[in-house]
Amino acid sequence: MKSAVIIFPGSNCDRDMDVALKKFGFKNEMVWHDDEQLPKSDLIVLPGGFSYGDYLRCGSIAGKSKIIKSVIDFAKKGGLVLGICNGFQILTETGLLPGVLQQNKNIEFICKNVFVKVNNKNNKYFNSIDKDVLELHIAHNEGNYFCSGDELKMLEDNNLIAVSYCNEKGEVNENSNPNGALQNIAGIFNKEKNILGMMPHPERMIDKFLSGEDGSIFFKNLLNNLK
Amino acid sequence: MTTVNEQIAIDHGLKKDEFKKICDLMKRTPNLTELGIFSAMWNEHCSYKSSRKHLKNLHTQGKRVIQGPGENAGVIDVDDEDAIVFKIESHNHPSFIEPYQGAATGVGGIMRDVFTMGARPIANLNSIHFGSTQHKKTKNLLRGVVKGIGGYGNCIGVPTIGGQTCFDESYNGNILVNAMTLGLVNKKKIFYSKAAGIGKPVIYVGSKTGRDGIHGASMASAVFDDKIEEKKPTVQVGDPFTEKLLLEACLELMADDSIISIQDMGAAGLTSSSIEMASKGKLGIELDLSKVPCREEKMTPYEIMLSESQERMLIVLENGKEENAKKIFDKWDLDFAVIGKTTNSKKIELYFDSKKVADIPIDFLAEDAPEYDRKWKKTKLPQKIRFKKENFKSLKINNCLIKLLSNPNICEKKWIWNQYDHTVMGDTIQKPGGDAGVVRIHGTEKAVAASVDSSATYCFAHPLTGGKQVVCESWRNLISVGAEPIAITNCLNFGNPEKEKNMGEFVECVQGISEACKYLDFPVVSGNVSFYNETKDKGIKPTPSIGGVGLLKNYKNMLTMELKNEGDVILVIGKTEGHLDQSVFARNVLNEKKGPPPEINLFNEKNNGSTVMKLIKEKLILSCRDVSLGGILIAIAKMCIKGKKGVKLNKLKSLINKFEFFFSEDQGRYIIEVSKKNLKKVENILKENSVHFDNLGEVQKDNYINIDDDKISVDELSKHNKNWLMEYMA
Repeated sequence: MKSAVIIFPGSNCDRDMDVALKKFGFKNEMVWHDDEQLPKSDLIVLPGGFSYGDYLRCGSIAGKSKIIKSVIDFAKKGGLVLGICNGFQILTETGLLPGVLQQNKNIEFICKNVFVKVNNKNNKYFNSIDKDVLELHIAHNEGNYFCSGDELKMLEDNNLIAVSYCNEKGEVNENSNPNGALQNIAGIFNKEKNILGMMPHPERMIDKFLSGEDGSIFFKNLLNNLK
Repeated sequence: MTTVNEQIAIDHGLKKDEFKKICDLMKRTPNLTELGIFSAMWNEHCSYKSSRKHLKNLHTQGKRVIQGPGENAGVIDVDDEDAIVFKIESHNHPSFIEPYQGAATGVGGIMRDVFTMGARPIANLNSIHFGSTQHKKTKNLLRGVVKGIGGYGNCIGVPTIGGQTCFDESYNGNILVNAMTLGLVNKKKIFYSKAAGIGKPVIYVGSKTGRDGIHGASMASAVFDDKIEEKKPTVQVGDPFTEKLLLEACLELMADDSIISIQDMGAAGLTSSSIEMASKGKLGIELDLSKVPCREEKMTPYEIMLSESQERMLIVLENGKEENAKKIFDKWDLDFAVIGKTTNSKKIELYFDSKKVADIPIDFLAEDAPEYDRKWKKTKLPQKIRFKKENFKSLKINNCLIKLLSNPNICEKKWIWNQYDHTVMGDTIQKPGGDAGVVRIHGTEKAVAASVDSSATYCFAHPLTGGKQVVCESWRNLISVGAEPIAITNCLNFGNPEKEKNMGEFVECVQGISEACKYLDFPVVSGNVSFYNETKDKGIKPTPSIGGVGLLKNYKNMLTMELKNEGDVILVIGKTEGHLDQSVFARNVLNEKKGPPPEINLFNEKNNGSTVMKLIKEKLILSCRDVSLGGILIAIAKMCIKGKKGVKLNKLKSLINKFEFFFSEDQGRYIIEVSKKNLKKVENILKENSVHFDNLGEVQKDNYINIDDDKISVDELSKHNKNWLMEYMA
């Protein structure tokens, strides 16, 4: 399987993502933001970081970058696009996903392990994952998801809330919400479920010496589903 | 242009006789630009004029040292092709005036020092000291500094893996912000600041120059007064995004061999970077300041030379490599300008609008800079306090334990490090909160451990002992995670060197550091000195921060402190004498602030540490923690809290009382967890090496610390330990 990770100036999880994809068997290529063409890939990843410094709204400049036109075309043709953290922010800025990521409720950067509940397994990302609750890692200042009432209804009606922050037992409540996100939303799909944006970083959880290993489950599963 | 006179020189922070020396050397009165350059190069921050004499005595040699002090950062060999570049630096004065930007640019500056040498930064740490928790400024300063450190490091994408936070009223008017960075470099691709060759192009890259930070280095060389707020404009503003681009662009350019020398523009900006390169290469340098990319209009040569705008580098390139280099910087959208060349004049010659605006022999600025042998006073070892029986009579272990675990200097600092990205780069295998942070050397079996320590209370009570103690503490912290200690970097934060007492504290701390480093074969490879940490005549306690670095040959052998298995035995390595003076217990429970710090016995320190390393090598230790602030019981409580386990402690077989046994801060000690099966083996190794140890008790499944008839809930302790800072900052 082929994947491609886009590097924007200010991306800083591009290497980590490259390492993770290759570890689980993807043939990965790095793509510079100033390029126009994407290489032939089964999966495009927008990595975490601070694209263009994120001095304007997070992800907004990346959402207008040269390469992003090809990403949008690729996604609209049904190609798999995964946005992690800043990548999720960029996806909302391009309009590929609804809503926006506001500053965390406590107005502080948060870096820690969290649990997320997998709400929908009927898609390439989570199909045939055994676990219902994954332990992943967040590291962000703007992860507080928000959208309009109509958009939320659309997400709920179509079961597009991919993952929600929860506790170890899978209970989704206020105490398990790290950043104030609407309905504990940690990640969402588009209607076709080929696009996934999420704040947690599976690429930081890929061996037992790191924060945990549930990221490995995510990548192994994704590769299997693409075969 | 203003005509320079003695008063203007004094306004620049120069002393009368220093100004006279300048005029004598130059055989004329310097113009304003030249005076500005002299003042920047001759201030304490750049010239080390009060400290140089004593720093020469530091122990800086070792079999793994590739580069000792004197470069942008120190470099140590960590086997194979790999070397670690590291340094710690202070940004105290700016952080007090503007905590966010001060701290942020401190982090930015130290990372530039490291990647200037060709290394990719792989870990950040910091040591931060604030005033009393009751002081009205403390909360805001803490909040701002933590945000600033996070804001910069998180954006660049370098994990902050550890640090240290202290509160003490001596920092009420002078907080300390010391930032440390470790970088990884290929041994054969290390870049130095020494220029070589004549007629080589001098290149300016990075951000544009603005008026920010003019006289920053001079500010760092003076004491504070009431008008300190007016100095806000001298604090630089950080742009981590540009630094990230600069980092990637520099590393890309370093991949081939077009760079002769490279230096970041830190303190005293273009002045010190250009002069240092020329001075080390025994060359001259000629710059056309009209070519310097400027952010503001009508900047004068004086301002351009003294600006401390961030994220800038000066590079001497091989001839003919300019175009290729420019392409790289264009790709990263960074300014690139050829602003001059190296010459054989041994002078710095500056031009602006085709006119010569400065002409100074380099030696006058570097070699001939003043060096002082300042007067200093020895600190006598205070008399030991005789604690009486009634001091302990009404005390309960339980209450003491809670009080100490929620002490601001002992409590958990999660509120701080949850705001730092400590997992980016995917190699952090020991997060903040342990004895040392550990990151893997990417793609290898190796890992490096790093820790930052200071103990101003001990250093204040007796600087010589305190200096030794900090080095030993650093050495222990590295061993406790399973690393072999290799070398240190030191950030020496002191008061006003013109006062005999403060100067004495400096001299004796340095002496202590040097003795310990030599004995433990733990050399100093880099560092910086920050004097004049004084406001309105009140100086800080002497605070050397020691950043230690160690190597794990196989990261899978790393140790952590949480208790592992029920039934395992807990030993304390090293002798417990019951030294309470200057301990957190004595100061906070007994309210006794006098007395000497615990004695350092370097023989025991080395012997205990080396033996623990042997046990680790034999894989006989399951968890480990060094005994530091708060003594044995605090160490055990933290191991219980982290492991979510309890302990049953044996009846004391000691002549000292239980408070002395459990809360004394005798040095050279470790708590280790050993399986029953291996106990005999461990005891034999300890005996063979003449290491004193006591069997403290056993790990228990139930979540209680059991001492005699006391049963203390670990959950309860955990709450006190975790909540204090959260609640304070809420």
